[in-house]
Amino acid sequence: MTSELPKREGALSGLHVVEFGGYGAGPAVGKSLAEHGAEVIRVESMLRLDGFRTNYPPYTGNVPGIERAAMFAITNDNKLSVSLNLKTEKGRDLAIRLIERAEVVVENFTPGAMDRLGLGHDAMLLCNPKLVTLSTCNQGRTGPQANRAGFGSHLTSLSGFTELTGWPDRQPALLWGPYIDYIAVAYGVVAVLAGLERVRRGGVGCHIDLSQYETGVQWMAPALLRYFADGEVMDRQGNRDSNAVPHGVFPCTGYQRWCAISVHDDAEWVRFAAEVGEPWVKEPEFADVQGRRANENRLEELIAEWTSHQEREALVGRIRAAGVHAAPVNDMGDLYADAQLTYRNAFQRVDHPVMGFHAVPGPPYILSNTPGKVTHGAPMVGQHNEPVLCGILGLSHAELEELKASDILT
Amino acid sequence: MAGSVEQESAPLTGLRALDLTGELGWLLGRILADVGVEVQKLDPPGGDLGRHLAPLIEGPSGTASAAWVAYNMGKSRLDLDLGTAQGRARFLDLVDEADFVLESEEPGKLDSLGIGWDVLHERNPALILTSVTPYGQSGPLSGAPASDLELMSSGGAVWLTGDADRPPVRMTLPQSICWAGSYAAVGTMIAHHHRQLTGIGQHVDMSAQAGLLPALVHAPSFFDLLGENPMRAGGYLVGRNINGAAMRNIWPCRDGYVTWAIYGGAAGRQSNRGMVEWMEDKGMAPDFLSDMDWSSFDVATVTLAEVSTMESAIAKFLETVTKDEFLAEADSRRMLGYVVSTAADIAGDEQLAAREVWSEEFVPELGTSLRFPDGWLRIDGVRYGVRPPSTGGRV
Repeated sequence: MTSELPKREGALSGLHVVEFGGYGAGPAVGKSLAEHGAEVIRVESMLRLDGFRTNYPPYTGNVPGIERAAMFAITNDNKLSVSLNLKTEKGRDLAIRLIERAEVVVENFTPGAMDRLGLGHDAMLLCNPKLVTLSTCNQGRTGPQANRAGFGSHLTSLSGFTELTGWPDRQPALLWGPYIDYIAVAYGVVAVLAGLERVRRGGVGCHIDLSQYETGVQWMAPALLRYFADGEVMDRQGNRDSNAVPHGVFPCTGYQRWCAISVHDDAEWVRFAAEVGEPWVKEPEFADVQGRRANENRLEELIAEWTSHQEREALVGRIRAAGVHAAPVNDMGDLYADAQLTYRNAFQRVDHPVMGFHAVPGPPYILSNTPGKVTHGAPMVGQHNEPVLCGILGLSHAELEELKASDILT
Repeated sequence: MAGSVEQESAPLTGLRALDLTGELGWLLGRILADVGVEVQKLDPPGGDLGRHLAPLIEGPSGTASAAWVAYNMGKSRLDLDLGTAQGRARFLDLVDEADFVLESEEPGKLDSLGIGWDVLHERNPALILTSVTPYGQSGPLSGAPASDLELMSSGGAVWLTGDADRPPVRMTLPQSICWAGSYAAVGTMIAHHHRQLTGIGQHVDMSAQAGLLPALVHAPSFFDLLGENPMRAGGYLVGRNINGAAMRNIWPCRDGYVTWAIYGGAAGRQSNRGMVEWMEDKGMAPDFLSDMDWSSFDVATVTLAEVSTMESAIAKFLETVTKDEFLAEADSRRMLGYVVSTAADIAGDEQLAAREVWSEEFVPELGTSLRFPDGWLRIDGVRYGVRPPSTGGRV
């Protein structure tokens, strides 16, 4: 029997996507599409496993395994997986048959790898003239650095984010993970959907060359404009801000419990001072923004002393109620308990044959009629060989058995 | 194909957006403009207050917020007072001809003005309304005040960043507005795709707090799977090694910092080898590094002590090189790493110049033209953006 494919509904139902590649920037584009109902078929292989399956803790039970990695699970929910050895002619032919019925191909191999497999953009366009292909890599497919390999965490530094993170008297601090990959993901999804609009308007298929570096530089624009305008090189300032003062992260009772507080004008300072109620809030040097700025070190020490004796949730609640900017510095456990994230179902729990129930972050945007959903967990390698190859491509079960006995479905 | 006017225009040319957003939503409209939407920014009397947010840029005819200029490039502007009946009537007339309305008011504000989702949807059923707010349109925190610091904090990003012996930090350049604006653009484009098939628009509700979850990548999963809470570790990368070893990623050099790390996998082993060979060429490789057998080196299982010994020798060496030397050697020796760029480094980057990323635009508030990062969208070799590349060429 051919096993059932999951039912798909959502804004993008009817869209067929084939995905080649691994890690974050390509597959997370597919995730965004799949969570809104697109059929996303990952073409993968045991011969060249996705690094997110093999190189990144955490694993379920802290035991490494290609079907146990959270990094893969949260990046590939709602997708189907077929295992094809693309170095065989038959494996490549099957991939082409999937491409023929798709509207979109997403790939993030190193530049040139798809061409060497006979699956370059021109080859794909020949078999599907209306295909939109997205290639995403570190610095784009042209220019002197086109072929330079690199990790997302390093590219985050090249793009300027690291230099602006940390304390002015210390060396820069790293942002978590391959930060820039997920910047490129947003631009990548926008680009794919823009490409589909182009095809709808009667255009032919097209190839999108997305440089992750260039998307990071978009976000860096304010710092770059200042440099171009007057040579000003922006630097990291701990938690301080050019507008609000105080503006910081302060300790609360308990181990590593922190809260964020910021005061954006004198009226807000009056509300904050009333809530604090300590004698020092009446000191004249704190009465206006210039005074608070000039005495910011001392102000921060006084606030930290005040917060350090208080329980965080109660403190944040009452400062917020007074109309002052405040929030808990949520740790990773806090996120799952956060009332607002829970209300929005920001993490959705799905079952998985090996991992069991686990949390997957869903879309941060909610569409009123067709909200995105995490409907099923990430696929195991080749989990959908039968329903895709027999059910969709129409291979007979005898043909499937023959493929299984060869080196093609590996 | 090249040469045809139709094919050379950006994909969403002809669509219109009315942009009512403040800081939190600026980038949303900018990204729509990048893909060809005609975005009209509707400013209240006296202009967008965000124009005055520091840091400011000074020009011959005035000052303006750097972020305001940057994230509103490519939008036209119209003064419109939604506080008056006349202004609202004018707005609704514009809505009749619009494809998108973008806003970032406190939830309920548009309803109270009589121009909320229900009214707009009835007036123009194909319209997409995208609302970008700190916590979303409804829920226990929907009315809570939040600026970048509170969003980065409640969204989990601050917890993961900074030195272990000091409070956690946010990035100095506000990031929550970028995550919110960019992912709101994704939701808006998904709704647009659906509208093209059905003719019906939707209300897209973007939460900036939830918009930070992609930035956390797998950090929350450590808690979900193992009950662990990954902590800030300065310039060290954690979460890649099952013994909990942290890998140094930020290294002082002669004129700033470079980023490089001891890595695993085939590319990582080549990178490690490349570094040691460079140290050997300079006579600065201790014997234990020269003798390392990288083919059996496993980054996932190496111990903290082993890593520390290697890293202290490498740190001593990197202090003697410049950023430019590092980039050149990393290129020729296939080492995986880059410089830790400042704005000046990015401004002078040869790859960005070769790809014609930069455009120039006259900013009336400043009375001068400014260079800004533009074309990230490249289709069939044509670079799009809010301005065509200065050479007009294919890149």
